[in-house]
Amino acid sequence: MAQNQPFVDIRHAQKSFGKVEVLKDISLTVERGQIVGIIGSSGSGKSTLLRAINDLDPLSGGEIWLDGVQVNKKLPHRQYEAHINALRQQVGMVFQHFNLFPHLSVRDNVTMAPMLLKNLSRAEANRLAEEQLDHVGMLERIEYYPSQLSGGQKQRVAIARALAMKPKLMLFDEATSALDPELVEEVNLVMKKLAEQHMTMIIVTHEMDFAASVCDRVLFMDKGVVVEEGPPQVIFKNPTQPRTREFLRKHIEGAS
Amino acid sequence: MDTELMLKVYPFFLQAAGLTIVLSVLTALLGLVCGALGAAARLSRFVILRFLGAAYVSVFRGTPALIQLFILYFGGPQIGIQLDAFQAGVIGLGVNAGAYMAETIRGAIIAVDRGQTEAARTLGLSRWQAMARVVLPQAARLMVRPLGVNLNMLIKATALVAAISVVELTYTAQRYIGSTYKPFEMFLLAGVLYMAIIYVTGRGVAWLDRRVRIH
Ligand SMILES: Nc1ncnc2c1ncn2[C@@H]1O[C@H](COP(=O)(O)OP(=O)(O)O)[C@@H](O)[C@H]1O
Ligand SMILES: [Mg+2]
Repeated sequence: MAQNQPFVDIRHAQKSFGKVEVLKDISLTVERGQIVGIIGSSGSGKSTLLRAINDLDPLSGGEIWLDGVQVNKKLPHRQYEAHINALRQQVGMVFQHFNLFPHLSVRDNVTMAPMLLKNLSRAEANRLAEEQLDHVGMLERIEYYPSQLSGGQKQRVAIARALAMKPKLMLFDEATSALDPELVEEVNLVMKKLAEQHMTMIIVTHEMDFAASVCDRVLFMDKGVVVEEGPPQVIFKNPTQPRTREFLRKHIEGAS
Repeated sequence: MDTELMLKVYPFFLQAAGLTIVLSVLTALLGLVCGALGAAARLSRFVILRFLGAAYVSVFRGTPALIQLFILYFGGPQIGIQLDAFQAGVIGLGVNAGAYMAETIRGAIIAVDRGQTEAARTLGLSRWQAMARVVLPQAARLMVRPLGVNLNMLIKATALVAAISVVELTYTAQRYIGSTYKPFEMFLLAGVLYMAIIYVTGRGVAWLDRRVRIH
């Protein structure tokens, strides 16, 4: 593998669901420590692209490389499963609807994967969970169950759960879209804190202000292609593509 | 109504009800095992197992349980299966109940939100770990009530083994009718005892359902 290969390297990603082509020849690189935002209207393929990175939605064509390892390489089933499971441990993912495990306490939501996959003892896992929950300001809710938490609190626990695996890449798929407006900020603050710690992140978002303030680069996607990408000040202030301008005009009108 | 007669024979009916309960318990246990295997087969990633699971469910739900019992008990010896009436009853009813339970269990498993599996897999859990740690504990809670319905049906279906002369509740009623010519009293007695068994079972299921419900 090339010495200077990007940390995340997506090459000619193509994805079809049946006859519908959802991703059309997308190439994208992310350097270590970079924060990349993806914006675009609903149905443009943002989630599919994000989910391809940890193989939740495997690509139909193209390659995805992560830290010098090809994610979607051809392997016999058993070997592929082992390869993917190992890889997913290094990639945290945060979903729009949190997907916390409702039958487990906050503590057990966070400790389950490290105990199962990294053979941590109960005591070690507890310490790890306390540390991660403290990081997202949820330590005092450690014995609660997910149903006893607000949306913002759930999402912060979901982030702690992902961070407990010590991932080297975090994927956020509209982490704040399902939240009441007054709960968005607490989650954004956690993400900003991660940004300050130089976590590599790919963030799908509808919040233009947030994208502008934390992202190093922003991609605008439409109908399965990346229409335009660049630093946030260019994308948001001086987009060159008519489709980008159209989207931003609508979006900012819609928001205000 | 001959209440005097009813009071005289009811100890024998109680004894028969005991056998109905034993039959029900064994049938339910066998049904759960067959149901779990059937559901696992139907959810397998191997097409041959999915086919076998689907065939099991449709054959046993698609024919009368009584015919299945008759094939096993009366037809069995012809193909080298020698069972006494009680064994044939438990196996026949258990395998039959398993076909219904397989659908119940499978339904509960697929009712668990896909996002749960995705979150577990995203953390690096294997298919099996995600199933065992995340999906099944939630599905188990969802299946208590519908399995309770299966159990209710199964208890009533134990009456069928009277047709192969297992001395349970229904057969006992028929036998006493033969000697007393009082079908109303005898069937009423059997009916009341069935109802008692089903009532207690139903309460037990409701209790379990409340206990395991997620907060
Ligand atoms: N599992 C799926 N099966 C079929 N079509 C899908 C599936 N997932 C997504 N799609 C389709 O792919 C397109 C892109 O979806 P998605 O990536 O979720 O868009 P976005 O996240 O930008 O809103 C949509 O048209 C959607 O309907
Ligand atoms: Mg989406």
